[in-house]
Amino acid sequence: MKTIATGNKAVAEAVQQARPAVIAAYPITPQTAIIEQIAEAVSSGTLNSRFISVESEHSAMAACIGASLTGVRTFTATSSQGLLYMHEMTNWAAGSRLPIVMANVNRAVAPGWNIWADHTDSLQERDTGWLQVYAGSVQEAYDSVLMAFPIAEHEDVLLPVMVNLDGFALSHIFQPLETVEIGDFIAPLYLPHAIDTRDPAGYGVLTGPESYFKFRWDIERSMRDSVNVIQSVQEDFSRRFGRSYGFTEDYLCSDAEVVVMAIGTLGKEAEIAVDLLRAEGIKAGSMRLRWLRPFPELNLAGREVVVIDRSYSFGFGGVLATSVRSRINREVYSVIAGLGGQEVSYEDIAGFVRRRCIGREDWFGMNGHV
Amino acid sequence: MFEIRIHSRGGQGGVTASRLVALAAIHDGKHATACVFYSPQRRGAPVISFVRIDDSPVRIYSHIQNPDLVAILDKGLMETVDVFQKLKKGGKIFINSSEGKIFPGFSSIHADLTQIAHREHLVVAGYLILNTPLLGAFARMCVVSLDSARKAIREMFPDPRNIRAAEAAYGEISP
Repeated sequence: MKTIATGNKAVAEAVQQARPAVIAAYPITPQTAIIEQIAEAVSSGTLNSRFISVESEHSAMAACIGASLTGVRTFTATSSQGLLYMHEMTNWAAGSRLPIVMANVNRAVAPGWNIWADHTDSLQERDTGWLQVYAGSVQEAYDSVLMAFPIAEHEDVLLPVMVNLDGFALSHIFQPLETVEIGDFIAPLYLPHAIDTRDPAGYGVLTGPESYFKFRWDIERSMRDSVNVIQSVQEDFSRRFGRSYGFTEDYLCSDAEVVVMAIGTLGKEAEIAVDLLRAEGIKAGSMRLRWLRPFPELNLAGREVVVIDRSYSFGFGGVLATSVRSRINREVYSVIAGLGGQEVSYEDIAGFVRRRCIGREDWFGMNGHV
Repeated sequence: MFEIRIHSRGGQGGVTASRLVALAAIHDGKHATACVFYSPQRRGAPVISFVRIDDSPVRIYSHIQNPDLVAILDKGLMETVDVFQKLKKGGKIFINSSEGKIFPGFSSIHADLTQIAHREHLVVAGYLILNTPLLGAFARMCVVSLDSARKAIREMFPDPRNIRAAEAAYGEISP
């Protein structure tokens, strides 16, 4: 069905179709509308799930972990400070191999208090063992949530998935949305290590130096295996519903001499910058990273790369720039732009490409840079 | 691409107006997005919302820099906000006012949406709601078709007063 929706509404729609048994959440701007809509569906009876109102995000994730351990589908949503407050439990979810799906509405981290788009929150969760995907449109937010469940729940993965969308820029924009009848796209969840009262077992017990590393390796092995699972789920989605997704979304990259890499809405806006640059005779392309974990192979041989980071690792550099540099074994031009919702237009992005200086890092708007 | 910037005060329905316009444009078979600059929202505070309408999917998220049309729901805003900032040469201006005013280099249109909302008792929490009559004005200005405007209003606000208000605004503006 064709309609018009915000990113938050699109996420809530997809969650209702995936029918989690348990949703536990705590409201936070700009995510609250997701939880409000789901809570409304539960209270009106259109969604037959248990909605657990908790007193904090830490408890929201703890409740999802407890529920997920019984072998049922779970969902939560959060943002920024809420995600950080959840941090101890996000590690616990991945380590317990629980296919929890979470929507994170990307928002800056305080102080200064700021409610606008920024990727610092989810990038601080980068090393927890969660798969991370970033949407570039309302439609993609909806589709990504639908795909997150079969990916997380696949027997070769059994890791939690975080679906990210930019605060306000995507969570609150109204865009066309085409919803689908999902049919049997999401198979029933089977959790091999679910709690079973007929077969009691201990969870979270002391794990000594002789075996702890094996569990860590097992997470990495599944993370590597998830590449094939993501690919096959994205192909299945495309076959059924006609919309195709990859690990990156490439725009005019095949003959490009310079490629802009970014995440989320900036990556989508970069396509317009590419159109502008092409009109000027600059062979530019755009590669929007969708999956940050697992981090994909990048086909960038022979091109200059401009990386836009909406976050920063103090004392070293932009997180995406650092990742891309290490993946392609070459220097890039790193631009730090869009922090805390800083306005970055396609004109600005075209400017980054025109004035690129491989090997350098510039902060947009600072000291006359860029 | 056709770009609209709507200036309103918190509570007047400017944000919802942007969504109505986008929905009506989609009913016209176009692509559209509507967004707002979110800040601590208070009733009465200046609010800016944006609509982009195009023949192909809209991939822009940044704020509109050079609008084709500026709509002002409270003319008092013109004293404190630079409402015509970077409006395109020859661009359109819509002002919620009983009196017309000429702005050289632009084409300006006015209608008294407040009076229309008052007549139709379009009041929410003590505020007159101007978004559905604004959609009628936009239909007269050919931003969207009247049929699609009606359809969008019916979907979002089934109360018949909304359609009547839109039609009244449509009728008040000379084509």
